[in-house]
Amino acid sequence: MLSAVVEGIGYWSGGLPSWDAARAYALGGADVADAPSRPSPLLLAANERRRAPETVAVALDVALAACQAAGRDPAALPSVFASSHGDMAITDYMCSTLAREPRTISPTRFHNSVHNAAAGYWTIGAGAMRPATALSALEASFAQGLIEALAQLAAGDEAVLLVGYDGAATGPLAQVAASRGLLGAALVLARPDRRGSAAGPRLRAWLGDGEASAADGKLSARETGNASAAMLPLFEALATRHDRLALPAGAGRILQVELAHD
Amino acid sequence: MPPLAIRAYTATTALGRGLDAQARALRERRSGLRRNDFAPLAPGEAPLDCWIGRVEGVEEAPLPAHLASWECRNNRLAWLSLQPDGLPEAIAAAVARHGADRVAVIVGTSTSSIGATEEAYARLEGEDRHFPADLSRPLLHTPHSLGAFVAAATGLNGPCVTVATACSSSAKVFAQAARLIQAGLADAALVGGVDTLCGSVVFGFNSLQLVSSEPCLPFDAHRVGLSLGEAGGFAVLERCDADEAPGSLQLRGYGESSDAHHMSSPHPEGLGARLAMVDALARAGIGAERVGYLNLHGTATPANDQIEAFAVASLFPPTLHASSTKGWTGHTLGAAGIVESAIALLALQHGHLPGILNSRVPDPANGPQIRFDNAEVDIDYAMNNSFGFGGNNCSLVFARA
Repeated sequence: MLSAVVEGIGYWSGGLPSWDAARAYALGGADVADAPSRPSPLLLAANERRRAPETVAVALDVALAACQAAGRDPAALPSVFASSHGDMAITDYMCSTLAREPRTISPTRFHNSVHNAAAGYWTIGAGAMRPATALSALEASFAQGLIEALAQLAAGDEAVLLVGYDGAATGPLAQVAASRGLLGAALVLARPDRRGSAAGPRLRAWLGDGEASAADGKLSARETGNASAAMLPLFEALATRHDRLALPAGAGRILQVELAHD
Repeated sequence: MPPLAIRAYTATTALGRGLDAQARALRERRSGLRRNDFAPLAPGEAPLDCWIGRVEGVEEAPLPAHLASWECRNNRLAWLSLQPDGLPEAIAAAVARHGADRVAVIVGTSTSSIGATEEAYARLEGEDRHFPADLSRPLLHTPHSLGAFVAAATGLNGPCVTVATACSSSAKVFAQAARLIQAGLADAALVGGVDTLCGSVVFGFNSLQLVSSEPCLPFDAHRVGLSLGEAGGFAVLERCDADEAPGSLQLRGYGESSDAHHMSSPHPEGLGARLAMVDALARAGIGAERVGYLNLHGTATPANDQIEAFAVASLFPPTLHASSTKGWTGHTLGAAGIVESAIALLALQHGHLPGILNSRVPDPANGPQIRFDNAEVDIDYAMNNSFGFGGNNCSLVFARA
């Protein structure tokens, strides 16, 4: 059985620009008035912050928030970035340009088109030379990322950063790869045996067969169109102190998650 | 780490399908590169003036009828790459032993089936610019197309994920599988990777001025850039039994790191590369002097090779035989990790160590480790380096039991 302590949480969506805001909303609150329309990741230099694709911006914003909440140095953590589609605005740009004028592809847009762009900018911004990975598994992306993060702890790492994010589909691609809005959430997970008295919920997880939890919480209801919304039952449970949920893990399988709150 | 047994492995590249085709071309020093005949999708555009490593016959090899909904170049190449070298039998044996739920599918790619998305954009229909019917299939237009297809094609039902860290992708799958098996989430894993030629990579690398107009010359003083290729490959990993047959192949170590430097140029002192290699050796529990062959990332771009040569020289004795095999296959991007692991495993199995193809004038910055000629030496350990955009590095150590 895999297990971890949830040391820190980060969250960003339009109208809920922090974990505090998301938790308050999940417990019956409202959107934050005058919330920013786009995350502004402090880890990047000012000009890069403006130019970064929105998926990179949201991933870095929630990653840093989770590290700060955990009191962990971002440079010291290995990281796992899970996203169903990466940045679809860039995919739309690449495919449109290739269909018309392939020799005019922008070099910056090309290197930002890799699925590990967020992971790359994170390691550069944080100065983290620890391993970083980027993965995709459709609606199971976050569950598979959680499995990899927990396996890293089981293999000996003390703490690991896990980030889930997806942005909006644009252009013709939106017909076949539906995703709306911008959503990111992150966890810093630590080995339970090293932090006997640490604050934070304890998480246990195992693979099984069955149905994923109904996405009927307040956060899920708000973000139904986002490709990363499948991760939200976990964040709802963290906010509302529920103790059991199941995330879709792909091909009819589920990741059972049990939470023990302080 | 506990060693993992490699029950089967295979690669399909511009050199042909399966290990025999790879081994023969490596021994005969015969390149799979050809002048670029990969037509752009934009009307009136000529192919880029460069050389490519294209897999023969993909166009004439449609997927079997029961997998027809997955039809695209990348999944075709995945299917072709799943057939040789006893891989289906090794997958069946793992399922018989552990059950399909306990065998993971962990595959790497850089662009997956984005070639299908590019084609859909070139063939948009109607005033609302919609995808043509044959390409209106969501599972073709997402990075996980590869992992989901491989699971569907093999019937494996353990954890299934697509790793997409650019050119380190299908090396990192070995590390991820090792952790998953160690953590008890699976008893065996099908790992591998597939990447196909597409406009995104050909014109993308061209935009960075990293593509050579001649066949690539890794570690040559006159190298100017890379040759792009496509490939697929797989391996079946399983926990070792108490009595592994002497000489059987194993994964002994992995090391991963980040450069923390730049999205598309390597750390100037090769610190990330060095960290990955040191970590892989430490996990394997061996000193650098035990490694007999190192397959370098060696893309033939001026900066990458210089930095890798520097990192290798700082770590290994002059006795190491290190080479880049990209002159044979081209840079197969997200498939480079599995293809070059297969080449390292062939060197370990048969003692034929490849040199570097086409390169003639060693860069003065090369250490004595970097060899242009092939050699015949029995070795105990082989290593593979794969480095990707985002400063993402992975090194693997293989050994014979």
